[in-house]
Amino acid sequence: MTFKQMFTSSVGKKLVMAFTGIFLILFLVVHAGLNACIWAMDGGIMFNKAAHFMGSFVVPRVLEIGLFLGIFLHIVQGYMLTLENKSKRKIGYEVNYAKGSKWYSRSMAILGTLLLMFLIMHIYHFWTPSRLGGIGGIKNLDTFNLNGVEYHNLYAEMQFIFTNPIVVLLYVLACGSLAYHLAHGFQSAFKTIGVHNRRYHAMISTIGYGFAIIIPLAFAMMPISFYLHWVN
Amino acid sequence: MSQNTMNLKVKVWRQKNAKTAGAFVTYDVAGISDEMSFLEMLDILNEKLITEGGDPVAFDHDCREGICGMCSLYINGKPHGPWQANTTCQLHMRAFKDGETIVIEPWRANSFPIVKDLTVDRSAFDRIIQAGGYISVNTGNAVDGNSLPIEKQNADDAFAAAMCIGCGACVAACKNSSAMLFLSAKVSHLALLPQGAPERKSRVLNMVAQMDKEGFGSCTNTGACEATCPKEISISNIARLNKEYLGASLSAE
Repeated sequence: MTFKQMFTSSVGKKLVMAFTGIFLILFLVVHAGLNACIWAMDGGIMFNKAAHFMGSFVVPRVLEIGLFLGIFLHIVQGYMLTLENKSKRKIGYEVNYAKGSKWYSRSMAILGTLLLMFLIMHIYHFWTPSRLGGIGGIKNLDTFNLNGVEYHNLYAEMQFIFTNPIVVLLYVLACGSLAYHLAHGFQSAFKTIGVHNRRYHAMISTIGYGFAIIIPLAFAMMPISFYLHWVN
Repeated sequence: MSQNTMNLKVKVWRQKNAKTAGAFVTYDVAGISDEMSFLEMLDILNEKLITEGGDPVAFDHDCREGICGMCSLYINGKPHGPWQANTTCQLHMRAFKDGETIVIEPWRANSFPIVKDLTVDRSAFDRIIQAGGYISVNTGNAVDGNSLPIEKQNADDAFAAAMCIGCGACVAACKNSSAMLFLSAKVSHLALLPQGAPERKSRVLNMVAQMDKEGFGSCTNTGACEATCPKEISISNIARLNKEYLGASLSAE
């Protein structure tokens, strides 16, 4: 039994999806927590400091490489599994069996594709100007000086981006996709890594649904807060 | 008790053999009692077809008591028809209304090739069982049944998993044509009992390898299998299978 055999079997492929999925769930907690600094009502000082820490300190930068690898693996494996699973039934049914499962559990690839499209827009909005600003034709962020340290004003960039109602709407819709993706993905990932005990399973399902509501709601409130000037 | 009779249309998948293309054919069946079983309704259709000089519809069946796992049929978009925890042979015509059109399809999965009409080849399941669904026993006198203590909860869970009749409804219901509910029932059944302990690791690795070789898909935990299973095998068995696989593959040489 090689590690290749282990992770390329039908169960192994699911394990890759589950481990990367749980890693991305943890990332969402960190991301939502840091972004919540926009609600500190201090004109974005705390948020910009947090963003500066994430962009300049070596630990989050190394973790960032892991994050991109995790996202890449989750996306590639997700598409490969979807295509492979679809190929297992060459002739489909006349009447489809829809009652036995929830629509979002059958639509993880579509919800994931919507999230990927959002992710490209999101990286273009914030990550590239923050990390690669000034390189080639990439837009530079405004900066400000505080106690002798130069900070990117990422908060001002959020204020600017979220003046556009279409962008705000796209961000909120993406949060909807995220909610349904998590509603199935959270508990499914734990089943895949082998949590079968009844009491744990009930607990993880409940936490999963709670997570799928709270985290996307927190993210959706961010563009809305800027658009409606709840934060300044 | 008065019985009602009804006239129905059945839209059946007809296919001469594995190599030819198939198509739906709609037949009228008249005077069906609501007390008949679904397979008796098909028997009446076949008698009519034979009388008229036609080719009867081929379908699998054996015990007609809901315990052998031979009957199949994907009826109106659900394996084993509209009732819960029920096999096709135990489905009765009172589940349908007079004048209704019933769509009957075979199990659809590349790993279950069609033999004829509604009959599919489910020998892939036999080969998965052969790959590890057995235990080692000493020859000689039978051991006293009470000499092996088994925890009540484990015995109950093992028996619940052993209810699987291997009909293949889980594969038919799954959008990925995954056989994991079937496999997980077999793995759980033996992994939970002390008799299954000697081959516990090699069993799960060999059976998963054989399942992949047969061309079944990967589970995405939608729960369609559990919802249609005539024996109500729990999807938590799939989580147990995953745990068994993870443990065995990590500790294997």
